[in-house]
Amino acid sequence: MLCQKCQKRVANVQLTQIVNNSKNVVYLCEQCAREEGKFNVISPFSINDFFSGIMGFPYMASAPQQNQNVVCETCGMSYEEFKKTGKLGCPNCYNVHGDKLVPLLRRLHGNIQYNGKIPSRAYGSVKASREIEKLKQQLNVAIKNEEYEKAAILRDQIKSLESSNM
Amino acid sequence: MNEWYMQEGPESDVVMSTRVRIARNFNGIPFPSKMKKEDGQLIIKRVKEAVFGRSSAIGENFKFINIQELSPIKRQVLVEKHLISPNLAESRIESGAIISGEENISIMINEEDHLRIQCLSAGLQLNDTWNLCNKIDNLLEESIDYAFDEKFGYLTCCPTNLGTGIRTSVMLHLPALTMTGYIKGILEICSKLGIAVRGLYGENSEAAGNMYQVSNQVTLGLTEEEIISNINNIAKQIIDQERTIRKQLYTQNSFRFEDRIFRSLGLLSNARIITSEEGLKLLSDVRLGVDMGIITDIDIKKLNEILLLVQPASLQESVGGPLNPEERDIKRAETIRSKLK
Repeated sequence: MLCQKCQKRVANVQLTQIVNNSKNVVYLCEQCAREEGKFNVISPFSINDFFSGIMGFPYMASAPQQNQNVVCETCGMSYEEFKKTGKLGCPNCYNVHGDKLVPLLRRLHGNIQYNGKIPSRAYGSVKASREIEKLKQQLNVAIKNEEYEKAAILRDQIKSLESSNM
Repeated sequence: MNEWYMQEGPESDVVMSTRVRIARNFNGIPFPSKMKKEDGQLIIKRVKEAVFGRSSAIGENFKFINIQELSPIKRQVLVEKHLISPNLAESRIESGAIISGEENISIMINEEDHLRIQCLSAGLQLNDTWNLCNKIDNLLEESIDYAFDEKFGYLTCCPTNLGTGIRTSVMLHLPALTMTGYIKGILEICSKLGIAVRGLYGENSEAAGNMYQVSNQVTLGLTEEEIISNINNIAKQIIDQERTIRKQLYTQNSFRFEDRIFRSLGLLSNARIITSEEGLKLLSDVRLGVDMGIITDIDIKKLNEILLLVQPASLQESVGGPLNPEERDIKRAETIRSKLK
């Protein structure tokens, strides 16, 4: 089908307008559509746009203003720059921008509490804090069920783990 | 030859190969896209020391490849063998790969992350492949201080790899599911479960040669074992369905089924010009014939070898220089003929 305006080029834009309940469909080529100004032809889809799309909006609304221009001191990356590329600059970026990344990480991964392998260097402390986390959950359950003797034991276990992990 | 792809693995009538790769980074050094040249050199040096150093138990079996020193064709051959990623092949910074003799282990240096440890095996072998990857990781960790965070796990350049940094994939040959269109339903279910399925060859969504790669998307919140067992379960279900439909198609009209397979074999054994796309399609038919015991004088290992040899860069490497597309199609036909003799 040819463009209904210029009658020269192939029509590849279907423009549907609904005015006062009456529908009007026009078939235009990309150029005429652009000239008409009715159709904003979007440049080819890029992965970067995709990233800024999925991580930009919902967060921006709730972001506290003063944190907008924080830059990572190791590599100089700002959160704005990350939103464009979808890639972080260095490991320290996770310290600097970590809080802002949380909504994105939730969308990507669902549960965002790390549960995987622990490098042996960090093994002792990570293992202890995972253990503490587990005991705390058991403690809550015990309290809910009014199992106070059990709760007391759990509380003591948590205390001793916490003091040895200091 | 002892290369991994010359071995026959479990479920090899449907599963071509298993791949596990993990992403790791050095603590305190910017990721490759942001690092200085000296950082890149330092990382290569440190990884080489870890693998080839005196205290290392594995050094003898590995060789280091400097990507910058390779010709474009040689780089592409490594990509075709899945030993390095296309990303690494195009790298303009200090980058390299350490590859094992059997070509089943590859440590990519300064790809998107400082380290990408990748292990490959034939057939469906997720646990063994992960264990191997894990061992290499432990060995490197003895001398490298990884960027690790208690809350986020292993820190990676892209948040899609954060946490375990693991990507596990199985390469499946699914001619029957593709032919009947049932593959669409499977793709839908997988995407709902956070599992990516894409064509192994070809750029479009169309899977050339009916080969698909099934891999995990989620890397954070689950353990490595959970991620692996998810992929394992999905793969097993797809394998079962593929086998059922293969049998159904064969019993419905065995003459037509066999005719298609032997026609494809005939073309491969006689044609003088074969394009990459046609080659993949015909090889898929022949593979199906071998898998179902219809063709008995060709084994899967030979088909795996052909699949590798007929890719553009491998063809050009075999003649030792560049070939234009038509010359490649002629060389491809010649290679297939001589291998099937």
